[in-house]
Amino acid sequence: MRLDQRLIAEMIQPGTRVLDIGSGDGALLDYLFRTRGCDAQGIEIDMQEVTRSVAHGLPVMHGDADHDLAHYPQHAFDYVVLQRTLQAVERPREVLRQMLRIGRHAIVSFPNFGHWQLRLKLLTSGRMPMTAVWNTPWYETPNIHPCTILDFLMLCREEGYVVEEWMAVDEDGERAPWRRSIRLANLFGEQALFLLRRRGG
Amino acid sequence: MDQTVPALLQHECVVFPEGLHLECGFHLAPVQVAYRTYGTLSAARDNAIVVCHALTGDQYLADTHPLTGKPGWWSRMVGPGLPIDTDRFFVICMNVLGGCMGSTGPRSPRSGGEGGSAEPWGTDFPPVTIRDMVRAQKLVVDRLGIRRLFAVVGGSMGGMQVLEWAATYPDMVFAAMPIATSPFHSAQNIAFNEVSRQAIFADPDWHGGRYWERDAVPARGLAVARMMAHITYLSEEALTRKFGRRVRRDPYGDNPLSLFGEMFEVESYLRHQGSSFVHRFDANSYLTITRAMDYFDLGTEHDGDLSRPFHGTRTRFCIVSFSSDWLFPTSQARMLARALNRAAANVSFVEIESDKGHDAFLLDEPDFDRTVRGFLSGAAEHARIG
Repeated sequence: MRLDQRLIAEMIQPGTRVLDIGSGDGALLDYLFRTRGCDAQGIEIDMQEVTRSVAHGLPVMHGDADHDLAHYPQHAFDYVVLQRTLQAVERPREVLRQMLRIGRHAIVSFPNFGHWQLRLKLLTSGRMPMTAVWNTPWYETPNIHPCTILDFLMLCREEGYVVEEWMAVDEDGERAPWRRSIRLANLFGEQALFLLRRRGG
Repeated sequence: MDQTVPALLQHECVVFPEGLHLECGFHLAPVQVAYRTYGTLSAARDNAIVVCHALTGDQYLADTHPLTGKPGWWSRMVGPGLPIDTDRFFVICMNVLGGCMGSTGPRSPRSGGEGGSAEPWGTDFPPVTIRDMVRAQKLVVDRLGIRRLFAVVGGSMGGMQVLEWAATYPDMVFAAMPIATSPFHSAQNIAFNEVSRQAIFADPDWHGGRYWERDAVPARGLAVARMMAHITYLSEEALTRKFGRRVRRDPYGDNPLSLFGEMFEVESYLRHQGSSFVHRFDANSYLTITRAMDYFDLGTEHDGDLSRPFHGTRTRFCIVSFSSDWLFPTSQARMLARALNRAAANVSFVEIESDKGHDAFLLDEPDFDRTVRGFLSGAAEHARIG
């Protein structure tokens, strides 16, 4: 399991109901069930990953964040997790709304487009930046809605979400040391990780 | 066409003299259920799996079929060390109500065998539903002293029974695996069933359903019904791969076949499917069971809301569809998955990539085997058994 997945797992109370959107190979689901006693289910878009997860005894269904969340009832889960996918969904704001409708908490991670390397590359070369994190050319990237950490915070404010916890991590999932300052995190953090709830929720 | 009437066989059976009150309002008594079991029931009686058979299946799941001499219809899936592992689980398979392999059906004596004549029900057999079938199965499960089934598994019409089990007896079903099925029988599928039935009615040997009086069997009609239905179980890719346009022998050579002889291999295959079927299946059973499938609509039973029967369910579901199945397409499986989502149920949903059509669930599909094995193992871990 990636280190940032471990950080996500640490945000989740034991014995709770969890929906992992984009559960991939099911590593987080497996960890949450075995070590935290959670009732964890997954949604995954890649059918091979779904089959592999179910063959490992993990409850995963084929589906995606844009089309399948609307079918769940309100507060069906304690936590709804979206890992490294927000930038690739069709309607990020709607996906967040759905996550906080069906879950009491949302855990969201996304690659930070405000990272200094991206800013520098765009400034100096005048072309779409390519880095280890943003590594597909503009014409075939699935990342159609990139945002920065500050952008994401603005959206949370507009939508009335409470940020219970946040951190910036590097690509390998190691916690970056700029946790206290949002502005520094926005400059130096490669991946951002947020734990949200609805105001009054 | 050979018109052998299936011989009267001794099947392992349980008889319930008190019978069953059917959904149509008729009280059917006695009710007999023929079944087979595989593996050993644990001391805690917590390792039982009911496997529900499809339209033309029967209880001979994993041992030699007494009429055809062929291996059981799911012997590649159920057995020691196989995905439904009989070293671990106790597997029960029952002939459906309305069937013709030992459970009460149109060929059963109307009087229940006591007093009166041994005249069979025939077309007077009351209409049964999928839920009636499941309620008959529950009588057997109760009789075996099993309070909770570890799992109910089935494909096609068997999958309809799985859904009905989970909806009717939610506390008795820990895990449910509806395969290549749908929460309702579609207009297209009802249409196919109707063609099958009309083929039987059109057979001169049908005799208004009282064919036994004339020592006849509507074999041709039943065979045509089976041939037509068999096409719906396959896919264009599978037919092309297996037969293509291959001819049996050179039809234009020295010894040409008649114009409508078995020219193409696919024709010969279908004719064989049809003629071998009439040896083991009763026409009135075919009519009764296809009708039960047509009636099936889980949503209508619950005011049109498909998620209603599953509200508050604790059953773990694993829905499986096959990419080339056009009889029970993935879109219908997805509809079921979303209904279960609305009920906040625990759902896995897999579409297996296959070119084999609806019948894929009976055939060699390694991804499907892995899915069945994995889902049951995962569920067993949650159920804390074996």
